[in-house]
Amino acid sequence: MSEPKLMKGNEAIAEAAIQAGCRYFFGYPITPQNELPEYMARRLPEVGGVYLQAESEVSAINMVYGAAGAGGRVMTSSSSPGISLMQEGISYLAGAELPCVLVNIVRGGPGLGGIHAAQSDYFQATKGGGHGDYRLLVLAPGSVQETVDLLQEAFDLADKYRNPVMLLGDAVLGQMMEAVRLPRDLDEPLPPPPPPESKVWATTGAVNRSRNVINSLYIEPERLEKHNWHIQEKYRRMEAEEVRYEAVQVDDAGTVVVAYGTTARIARTAVDEARRQGLKAGLFRPISLYPFPYQALREAAGRARRVLVVEMSCGQMLDDVRLAVGERCPVEFYGRPGGNIPTPQEVLDRIAGKGGEAK
Amino acid sequence: MTTVVAQRPKSLSDVVMNYCPGCTHGIIHRLVAEAIDALDARERTIGVASVGCSVFAYNYFECDMQQASHGRAPAVATGIKRVLPDRLVFTYQGDGDLASIGAAEIVHAAARGENITVIFVNNANYGMTGGQMAPTTLLGQKTTTTPLGRDPKTDGFPIRMAEMLATLQGPAYIARVSVHSPQAVKQAGDAIKKAFRLQAEGKGFTLIEVLSTCPTNWGLAPNQALKWLVENLIPFYPLGEFKKEEGGA
Amino acid sequence: MAGKVTFREERCKGCALCVEACPKGIIQLSKRFNAGGFNPAECVNEEACIACGFCARMCPDAVIEVHRVDR
Repeated sequence: MSEPKLMKGNEAIAEAAIQAGCRYFFGYPITPQNELPEYMARRLPEVGGVYLQAESEVSAINMVYGAAGAGGRVMTSSSSPGISLMQEGISYLAGAELPCVLVNIVRGGPGLGGIHAAQSDYFQATKGGGHGDYRLLVLAPGSVQETVDLLQEAFDLADKYRNPVMLLGDAVLGQMMEAVRLPRDLDEPLPPPPPPESKVWATTGAVNRSRNVINSLYIEPERLEKHNWHIQEKYRRMEAEEVRYEAVQVDDAGTVVVAYGTTARIARTAVDEARRQGLKAGLFRPISLYPFPYQALREAAGRARRVLVVEMSCGQMLDDVRLAVGERCPVEFYGRPGGNIPTPQEVLDRIAGKGGEAK
Repeated sequence: MTTVVAQRPKSLSDVVMNYCPGCTHGIIHRLVAEAIDALDARERTIGVASVGCSVFAYNYFECDMQQASHGRAPAVATGIKRVLPDRLVFTYQGDGDLASIGAAEIVHAAARGENITVIFVNNANYGMTGGQMAPTTLLGQKTTTTPLGRDPKTDGFPIRMAEMLATLQGPAYIARVSVHSPQAVKQAGDAIKKAFRLQAEGKGFTLIEVLSTCPTNWGLAPNQALKWLVENLIPFYPLGEFKKEEGGA
Repeated sequence: MAGKVTFREERCKGCALCVEACPKGIIQLSKRFNAGGFNPAECVNEEACIACGFCARMCPDAVIEVHRVDR
């Protein structure tokens, strides 16, 4: 572990990725994530890696496809409109079972929207996003430190499942500076990443083996169906093995607040204040958005009087919360979309039953 | 004593290709395989198939292959080459894939001088989807989406990709060849071999545009299609070398 | 010097590009059908073959093998 170092979220993500063995980055400028590729452009050549500014997000994600298929540990980052442009490529990555890490520093939408923080890409991230039956493994860190901690895991999970993993952040997480501990100090030498040939399925050249093919086309319906059931089986395994969440004071909570990422920090402040005022509130924070922690939330909701979902969107995770809670208790919602961040007081008012129903 | 004059190259998979009878895609596949064999490079070559009639090219070459989304083969090839700079990487793309939906990717791969070889097959229509207008369709040429012939007032003009890309500083070698006769096939093979050799020497981006037939969608017998190519495509798409080694990254 | 030309008949699609390419005019499409339903090409006068390889060069399906026989 390094000494605590004050770092901007976007830069911490970049350094953590490099320390996790990422040596290939393909991206395209978009606010509010530019510090991430800029850091990569400085740092990757120092460690023998490759930074390449693509001509578009469309091209960047297809460079990721080629590099991942060639056995490289590769990532890209973008923000909402850029991630929309990448969706075709992401569908191909999932179809061809290629491991990579995608970072979405979410900004407001739809369209160009704005450059401030939002959580309105939840549906796109967790329900597939592009065409076809596929899922990304989606991790939503709540602090710069957690972002750093999740990155090593993100790359390892991508390799374990041969599936893209998305880190879903937002403009607040990308832009704010916090003290972080990295796995290594910045001047510490890094171990060389495993060679591309260590991925036996990768297209590294057919030496002493039959040729490898990276492909998502299955023209015969029987083979396509078999392939689709195969990738679905991976998602079932993810659902069984990769659920991550944090539950704070939910055991005796009358009101369970459900929030992720930056919003969860605000909700945490509100929950702590509510406790001080004698209101029994708790926080349930999904960390893996896919797989969503349905079972754990269902149990927490079973003991609660009500569930309050808080998002920087008009209500997207809300659907998953409703699926988890069912008829166990009422599910209420408070959200602010497109750049305006809910305040702890606004959340506290909803916990206290003031401020009415969903805005 | 017998000497081999012609036989199936080792880098061409021993399978039936999906192309229509007389379609010259198969000739071009063989030439690419021969170029790989000439460098004894099957084990260190990675090919990228595109979308169109040649979408199944990943089944036809005995080297490692990736299948790219429509138009993005140069980006995919870039990703491969940056991870494996000592391998030979090629794309095999049709005119719809390269000159229309993938116009940005090919221009920027060329501008970067990306050290890859692009085989660009121009048959002046979208073959796989049934013969629609392509960016390379000639003025007046009838396709299923230009039933009265391509009209520049409504459909715009065809693009000479080889010439256009040759204006860039990045490419090391750009040539247009054809496969309408045994002599033309020999020259096409030589150009493809040269492109692969230049890549192996690290000279940078190489592209060979190959004029090809589409007997089915042109509505011509295979031999008539060759004749149509000579009489119609070559006058608008002249053969030759448009960029020779002076560039490159 | 003479040529020996072999057609992998079951793979031939009967496109006849080899027929046109042959400078000696000794290749033609057979009346037989192969499993693909095509009339495969065949050499009808191998004695006249000069082993130029033009037929193989024009074959889109790589079904032709040509050998030069030195006597």
